Amino acid sequence: MKIKQISVFLENKKGRLAQLTRILKENNIDISAISVADTANFGIIRMIVSRYNDAMQVIKEAGLTVNTADVLAVEVSDSPGGLHYVLETLSQNDIAVEYLYSFVRRPSERALILFRIREIDEAIRVLSKNNIKILSPEEIYEL
Amino acid sequence: MNYWNKYCECMEREELEKLQSERLIEAVERVYYNVPYYRNLMQEKGLMPEDIKGREDLNKLPFTTKDDLRENYPYGFFAVPLSEIVRIHASSGTTGKPTVVGYTRRDISIWSELMARTLTCGGATKDSVIQVAYGYGLFTGGLGVHYGAERLGASVIPISGGNTKRQIMLMKDFGTTVLACTPSYALYIAETMAEMNLRKDDFKLKYGILGAEPWTEGLRQEIEEKLGIVAIDIYGLSEIIGPGVASECLYKTGLHINEDHFIPEIIDPATGEVLPDGSEGELVFTTITKEGIPVIRYRTRDISSLNYEPCPCGRTHVRMQKVVGRTDDMLIIRGVNVFPSQIESILIDIGETEPHYLLVIDRVGNMDNLEVWVEVSEKLFSDEVRKLEELNRRIAHEIQSTLGLTVRVKLVEPKTIERSQGKAVRVIDRRK
Repeated sequence: MKIKQISVFLENKKGRLAQLTRILKENNIDISAISVADTANFGIIRMIVSRYNDAMQVIKEAGLTVNTADVLAVEVSDSPGGLHYVLETLSQNDIAVEYLYSFVRRPSERALILFRIREIDEAIRVLSKNNIKILSPEEIYEL
Repeated sequence: MNYWNKYCECMEREELEKLQSERLIEAVERVYYNVPYYRNLMQEKGLMPEDIKGREDLNKLPFTTKDDLRENYPYGFFAVPLSEIVRIHASSGTTGKPTVVGYTRRDISIWSELMARTLTCGGATKDSVIQVAYGYGLFTGGLGVHYGAERLGASVIPISGGNTKRQIMLMKDFGTTVLACTPSYALYIAETMAEMNLRKDDFKLKYGILGAEPWTEGLRQEIEEKLGIVAIDIYGLSEIIGPGVASECLYKTGLHINEDHFIPEIIDPATGEVLPDGSEGELVFTTITKEGIPVIRYRTRDISSLNYEPCPCGRTHVRMQKVVGRTDDMLIIRGVNVFPSQIESILIDIGETEPHYLLVIDRVGNMDNLEVWVEVSEKLFSDEVRKLEELNRRIAHEIQSTLGLTVRVKLVEPKTIERSQGKAVRVIDRRK
């Protein structure tokens, strides 16, 4: 159920993001989802990519700081209240969301949202119990 | 415990001090009759060589500074004709003219002896394979270690600094057991090994003989851990002889000064007053056996202290504390004395911080601003903004509570801060 997310530390400077995407392009690595958290000085790039291991290696070789975290890919109905239903379920069960972002492309009429949650196992249990679909790594990497 | 020269290194203190006095008297005679600079200075003070009857009279003699050496560039301090000089070294001269030192054949022989002691003190033997990655050339590091290692009878790889990947390949292929270089270069080698996907088990390294710049305990631990070695601190400066002035033994509790050749003192850098044993202050050396360029009470600008307690290794020579900073590295920021090594210790205490940092000082209006750049290592990095901001605040807070200075901390990408293959650049002062 858990998806491997790659995060990269970048200074908030012109051209840094392009340098990262260039490395991925040159190694033929596809980005399925991406989000950028930025502060005045630095940014954190979070991504779901095809060929996770290769991606880690080429980013490290480029001398960037990179690490990984487990996230959940949750299918959300693409209609008013779709995301709200998921968040409400988590909230009622006292589970905090660190951050979330969505996929670059959609597999169907349903939206796909990535959740970073510290109590990830508890979240999996609660979401499954409420019939909210969590995609498996295989389903994600095949997108 | 191995000694290179047990007789000299473990001599009774009383006997040692008698020897120092005899040699000091000779040294003072030598400079008085052979170096016009010292003769003039002593005459101005009304001092004759016979007024110096032993080491207790040392403080009657004038100090020598780096500027004095520079003003007498190039050969003004030489005590023998150039025909007796077999080697010339010079300091880097980053601030003006270099300082030039000359060695007679006997000086080179003593230097080799002292470096053989140093290497033995740090764990090397005649069976060691010693890779000398200090720079060869005018800098004393490379050739100093080289001659000592040959005297010791070890197998010497005279590779000099730089060309790191090749350096690592040969280290692996040649089965190097002892690496001699600056601590910052040792760390750079360790990082490059990791980038090359090599593990410490791929090497036969056992000891690192590291020196030529101040470094912290934290950096030592990191080097020891990453290279799988025992890292030994050595100390020297070209004005005294080069490396070989002092070295840690395997107990790593201070560096034994080769006192049968150099007399150390600790002074207050502001007043020049000699400080009691154990006090921290500026380290001063008098060379008592040098022929080429003997120096009297040379002010090193290095901050240290002296410990005369017996060492469990059996050597009787006084131990100097690892150099904690330099009087000229000392930054005065908003009236507060700051040594870069203090900031380094703070960063290491915070834990997990790779000690790659840079202090950038600027003046905005009438106010000094200190910015501390810290490279974000993998261990430190988090995908959560909150945690990185917390880290940022914590570093600033620790510095503030230790130094009493408000600083701005900037987290930067790895390799932002220039890696040196010689001495580390830790400070950019834009105030001038």
